[in-house]
Amino acid sequence: MAAERTLGGSIAGSVAATRRLWRTPGVGPLLVLVPFVALLALKPILPEAGIVWPRDIAVPFIDWINVVVDVFHKHEIFGVFTVKDVTRAIAFGIEWPLDIVHGLLAGGFRSIGIPAIPWVMIAGLAAVFGWWLKGWRLALLAGGCIVYFAVFGKWSLSMTTLSVVLVAAPIAAAVGLALGVVGAKSRPFERALWPLLNVMQSLPHFSYLIPVALFIGVSHRAGAIATILFAIPPMTRLTLLGLKGVSEEVREAGVMAGCTRWQMLFRVEIPAARDSLMLGVNQVIMQCLAMVVIASFVGAKGLGQDLLFRLQSLRLGQALENGVAVVLMAVMLDRLSRALSEKQPERRPDGPFWRVHPYLMVAALIIVVSIVLSLLTPYAQTLPKNATITTAPFWDMVVEFITFTLYDPLSVIRDGLLVHVLIPLRTGFQWMPWIAVASLAGAIGWRLAGPRLAATAAGFVCFIALTGFWERASITAYMVFFALILCLIFGLPLGIWASKTAGRTRFVQLLCDTFQTFPSFIYLIPVIMLFQVGDVAAITAIVIYAAIPIVRYTIFGLRGVPNETIEAAITAGCTPRQILWKVRMPLAFPEIMLGVNQTIMFGLFMVIIAAFIGTKDLGQEIFRALTFADAGKGLVIGLCVAFIGLTVDRLVVEWSEQRRRQLGLA
Amino acid sequence: MAEPILTCSSVWKLFGPKPRPFMDRHGGAPGLAAILDEGYIPAVRDASLDVNAGEILVIMGLSGSGKSTLLRCLARLIEPTAGAIVFEGQDLLKATNRELTQLRRHKMGMVFQHFALLPHRTVLQNVAFPLEVQGIDRRTRETRAREMIELVGLEGRERYYPRELSGGQQQRVGIARSLAVGPELWFLDEPFSALDPLIRREMQNEFLRLQNMLHKTILFITHDFDEAIRLADRIIIMKDGIIEQAGTATELIENPETDYVREFTKDVARDRLLTVATAVRPAAAGETTQGEVEADATLADVAPQVIEAERPVAVVDERGRMVGVVDRYGLVDAMYADRS
Repeated sequence: MAAERTLGGSIAGSVAATRRLWRTPGVGPLLVLVPFVALLALKPILPEAGIVWPRDIAVPFIDWINVVVDVFHKHEIFGVFTVKDVTRAIAFGIEWPLDIVHGLLAGGFRSIGIPAIPWVMIAGLAAVFGWWLKGWRLALLAGGCIVYFAVFGKWSLSMTTLSVVLVAAPIAAAVGLALGVVGAKSRPFERALWPLLNVMQSLPHFSYLIPVALFIGVSHRAGAIATILFAIPPMTRLTLLGLKGVSEEVREAGVMAGCTRWQMLFRVEIPAARDSLMLGVNQVIMQCLAMVVIASFVGAKGLGQDLLFRLQSLRLGQALENGVAVVLMAVMLDRLSRALSEKQPERRPDGPFWRVHPYLMVAALIIVVSIVLSLLTPYAQTLPKNATITTAPFWDMVVEFITFTLYDPLSVIRDGLLVHVLIPLRTGFQWMPWIAVASLAGAIGWRLAGPRLAATAAGFVCFIALTGFWERASITAYMVFFALILCLIFGLPLGIWASKTAGRTRFVQLLCDTFQTFPSFIYLIPVIMLFQVGDVAAITAIVIYAAIPIVRYTIFGLRGVPNETIEAAITAGCTPRQILWKVRMPLAFPEIMLGVNQTIMFGLFMVIIAAFIGTKDLGQEIFRALTFADAGKGLVIGLCVAFIGLTVDRLVVEWSEQRRRQLGLA
Repeated sequence: MAEPILTCSSVWKLFGPKPRPFMDRHGGAPGLAAILDEGYIPAVRDASLDVNAGEILVIMGLSGSGKSTLLRCLARLIEPTAGAIVFEGQDLLKATNRELTQLRRHKMGMVFQHFALLPHRTVLQNVAFPLEVQGIDRRTRETRAREMIELVGLEGRERYYPRELSGGQQQRVGIARSLAVGPELWFLDEPFSALDPLIRREMQNEFLRLQNMLHKTILFITHDFDEAIRLADRIIIMKDGIIEQAGTATELIENPETDYVREFTKDVARDRLLTVATAVRPAAAGETTQGEVEADATLADVAPQVIEAERPVAVVDERGRMVGVVDRYGLVDAMYADRS
């Protein structure tokens, strides 16, 4: 009895002591490392399955998914048609809007003898649209981009790409909006929607391509369908957020005015959430463009496909010219749709029609003039090949020059980095037993928010291990990790520098905005020019692409520190350096961590795309899955990538929110 | 006494997991301790009140006192946990959604603290909105909306968007919108709290001017006791979800029923509130008077005259009959009655 009591007492005592230790500042945070370090130390005696789960006993997620896919693919419903037939029928349904828009923009309609819209008219109308939205600068940008496409001989390619965006974006926006509305109205649906959105938005592009290729086949319309699917989640997310953000009072005003449910939705809630929804439209358009470039892998035509061919045949000059066209398209679409989302309704002046609608009048004028022009000269209709300019030979020369003169120094850097940093780091990542990583994720989750988060975070890691792709995943993780370090080294100082004055902030933010609109695929062009293919090239591409959020969030965090706090620091006699390190940095730190989180997400997206230039990680496996149209494998690997991202995301976002609450910033 | 147009009896609103079964378990009247013990938040407890036709009833309380929740229960914007709310003989808690929509379209209007204008609509479209959702044709509703805009003094701004207006102007739009359907019952939820003090004063005068023309039945929420005194026919003071006391401003100041009300009314400028009637005493035999004042004038109005006068001043009612006298001592006694 007595002994029992003492034992019980001592257990209780030690539990209490552990709790106290857990909460002690400075010690508690280190405790999360204990299981991780212990398991690392125990590695020699761990069973093989605890280090790398062997392929031959891997949980056959892939087969399971493929069984389901097969059922949809081959078996007939009611003995009449398969799901594949249905999806193909839907895909044919998208054919005609694609044809119509493409015909209008570039191809014309031969069968009924109607030519395409003259390029001068498209350029003019784009300019008027820009002018109406935001003034002459945007007019110049929009018109200029269109002129570039025509003059540099990219007309047909770029209009094909544009036609996919113009068809896919409205469909994706409408579907996304509808899902978001249902989610905002139904709690259970919303609860199911959020995790789905989280996973879908962290799945790499290729995971969308494989099922599409399987169910629709490799074709232009398959590319369009993949594009639509990829662009739906951001719209749904922003619709949900926007509708939730409508102030309770405005909603009550609607009720008190006697709105029915539908009136409430369409006349009060959706218009009041306009800003958020239009931001969603902007995102949809940009995601469509990013995807339509990548969807060339399943047969989408246009700039992306041409770019892919050029890259594969290493004709870098022409690839670069295509890349510039894609970039211009991105900048143009982004600026126009953003201006549209920022455009507030304006008071109409009184007066005759031409004074109330000056822009319409100018647009009509342009239409008339360009029709007349195109009747007078074929040059206004479409520029013939011999009238276009190409700079490809020049760029080929530059590439040749770079390879010739920089080959030696660059290869020294490349090889040195590889031998002394990358390979040891990769070995280190591959050396870590998955059980240790899972316990680390679990421990951090537990400390932050208790058992649920612990289970989620550890569960994600376990899933990756049990699929049998642990080794590949650790290569992915190592590349993203190393890229993250480089992003911090370059991004943090840039962010700090940029946050010093309003002018610098504006400038760097403009750069970030612009770079972020580029479809990720584009970043491969310059790194191939410099480093050929391989890990160094891949990591360089990741760093350029993924450094953007770190810079952006650093600026945002530092400039978000309340002015009063800084004034208090100044009056307390802080030097500028002290203000930065003792006041602004600690307060901005939660925000910067969100930037780190985003950087990891961006890095994961890019690392998969970088598989195109020869890496040995999950991306390569996805690529192989695409070639063999192995939907199960594509999805499982996609989930592995998504779960790497989501593990970090869950933990960092939770930490950041707690910290911001502690600091009274949230 | 006028007929009550809106009656609310024993209204409760508890926030928490399952408030209705909880109420039933406690026989419909749980104590505060039980409520808090089981993790419920008592927003409104056992509130009963009548709103009489044509009066301005002000519900006053600090933030968290449950005043806004009570108002929202009365407008059925939120569902009360228990109680009965009868509007013109109809039990609102039993009304269907369709009936409620009809009521709101024709008989109720509401003004919101942060204006709650629809940002994508012009002033004219905002004011016409309640008519639009009824399906009234454009010409009719815009004519009506223009009248309302003129009524609140915003003519010429019909095509402006809310973001182009100042706070005071935006609230005028909110008022015009709430009046567009010609409601009988007018809810105002802290309508002037988000405005600067000077604008607030101006809007209060505007509000009184409108009420003199329109004679609506009004439920007005505020956290500002001075505003309540300026505007109210009757005041209800709430604290922690409970109605502490209801009455005219004078009643609250003269006979506070709880310490809370006393604390609240302590710093009020009593001379602007109390009437001569509170300071009057019967004339002593053979007393001569000097001048006269009206019984329902405030003490502040008559103070100079009473203080200057060598002898007591006669107090007369509205028909000019003398009801008593008032002198310097009476004045001082009435003003400092709460301190003695």
